[in-house]
Amino acid sequence: MRNKAFYKHYYLMLLPGLLWLFFVNILPMHGILMAFKDFNAGMGVFRSPWVGLDNFRYMFELDDSRIIFKNTIFIALLKMVGNLIVPLIFALMLNEVRHRLFTRSVQTAVYLPHFLSWVIVAGIMLDIFSYTGPVNRLLSSFGVEPLLFFAKPELFPALVVASDIWKEFGFAAIIFFSALTSINPEMYEAAAIDGASQFKRLTQITLPSIVPVVVLVGTLSMGNILNAGFDQIFNLYNPTVYSTGDIIDTWVYRAGLIDMQYGLATAVGLLKSVVGFVMISITYGLAYRFANYRIF
Amino acid sequence: MVEERSLLSKVGNGLNVVLLILITLLCLLPVWYTLVISLSDKAPVAAGQVFAWPKQFTFGSYMAIMEDPQFFRSFWISVQRVVYGAVITFIVVLLMAYPLSKSSDEFKPRNVIMWLLVFCMLFNGGLVPWFMTMRDIGLINNIWGLVLGGGLPVFNVILVMNYFRNLPKEMEESALMDGAGPWRILLGIYLPLAKPVMATILIFTVVGHWNEFFQALVLMNKNENYPLQSYIRQVAVVVNTSQMDAETAKRMTSLSNQTLNAAKIFISMLPLLVIYPFFQKYFVKGITLGSVKG
Repeated sequence: MRNKAFYKHYYLMLLPGLLWLFFVNILPMHGILMAFKDFNAGMGVFRSPWVGLDNFRYMFELDDSRIIFKNTIFIALLKMVGNLIVPLIFALMLNEVRHRLFTRSVQTAVYLPHFLSWVIVAGIMLDIFSYTGPVNRLLSSFGVEPLLFFAKPELFPALVVASDIWKEFGFAAIIFFSALTSINPEMYEAAAIDGASQFKRLTQITLPSIVPVVVLVGTLSMGNILNAGFDQIFNLYNPTVYSTGDIIDTWVYRAGLIDMQYGLATAVGLLKSVVGFVMISITYGLAYRFANYRIF
Repeated sequence: MVEERSLLSKVGNGLNVVLLILITLLCLLPVWYTLVISLSDKAPVAAGQVFAWPKQFTFGSYMAIMEDPQFFRSFWISVQRVVYGAVITFIVVLLMAYPLSKSSDEFKPRNVIMWLLVFCMLFNGGLVPWFMTMRDIGLINNIWGLVLGGGLPVFNVILVMNYFRNLPKEMEESALMDGAGPWRILLGIYLPLAKPVMATILIFTVVGHWNEFFQALVLMNKNENYPLQSYIRQVAVVVNTSQMDAETAKRMTSLSNQTLNAAKIFISMLPLLVIYPFFQKYFVKGITLGSVKG
């Protein structure tokens, strides 16, 4: 059969990608052993002594771990909800406007923040919310005392969630726009002839039509329950807000690469990877079963 | 369509448009603010008098950047990283997607390899093992560490593979009849048809490499080897006055340089702002390609 003769060409095509996958994605997985060892740099991963689950036991005794897991889930949950509802409302609002040039211009503007890096956005935010920055000046014109926004643990999660929504809502709305444009316009025309008001058409036609997409997006986002957004928080936080702003990823970075507690940091990272993997597998499974969604 | 519009619906629609305009401005404002600060003089900025329009207009900050060799070095490292990263991703993804787009009848190991890719996309060893491996294979203090450190872009492979699978089978059949081999089919037939999806992954790769800052912090021992984003983090984020009280802030503002940093931030955004209008249609298509499929 002709295809057998093609096999060697197929393997040749796969080779560069598989090499990349092996060295950067797969090879690091042997380091997972460090989570179960008292890692000693001189001895390397394989010859360091086994300590069983000591690293995990130690992790659960640390106050830090409770705080970082709590902060991570809290921030991630708020982001999941906010990044579902805000883009949805925004898409519905824009869908009511019939002026093409207007909708195109609005879309162009709101997609933009998604493409800015968190370094840039954090740099600008720290400036805007600084002690002498525009936000504090605005507040002081209402007679409010200037605030050190990024030194207030009670404000930090709100700032993180709000800025994440600001950056991503436009881009996240793309999928809702595409769902909205696929609604059959004849339904609206028929409804208009029957005398349905604009509001009626929104609640009776538009909303029911995009429920499946909303459910799908919401389900898939649950896989991110332990991803509170490393790039963002790493650039915005500082020691004064660790109590509410420190998350698993930032803690692992400090414990592992700054304090060199390799075993402990690997253990915490592994727990996160495993939970994340299980969560994503479940949500993909659900999406496949109920929405026939497949990634390949 | 003739339609009677009530007063209530007119007011509602007007309010809707006003809100949408405010939202749009909210998205553009930080970019504008940065530009305004970068074009103002240091003194009024430090005194907190600048907001919507430059005060004591000057190109001074941009002139000052000209004398900062580190800025240019970092800019150049970012450019190299983007070019190498885009070229490698383009070639590797294209070559991988084709054999994987075959059904498992045509190419037996296809499903095993797909599951391996998906597993590697969803699971990783975590930061510390990644860092140690990168060190052991010599990707520290090396631009290739930045280019390859993110690992195989599995999601892009899946995107292109799915695109290939939806192309009509007949084209390949007739090329086979004419005696074309797999390389001819991929490069002569599939690649020209895949322009939209390849453009999409190219855009996301370029933006991703341009914006990435963390790998360099971990992989580069010397600040001179930092790409632009890592460099900007060093000057505009790490030394920041935001969590300081008035007294320290005043002392620090005279040391750090708000207008200069704003100019650096603006220049780093500029390449993106320039190409952005041209690639908008591709990423919109890319998102829907990736999400709605049979």
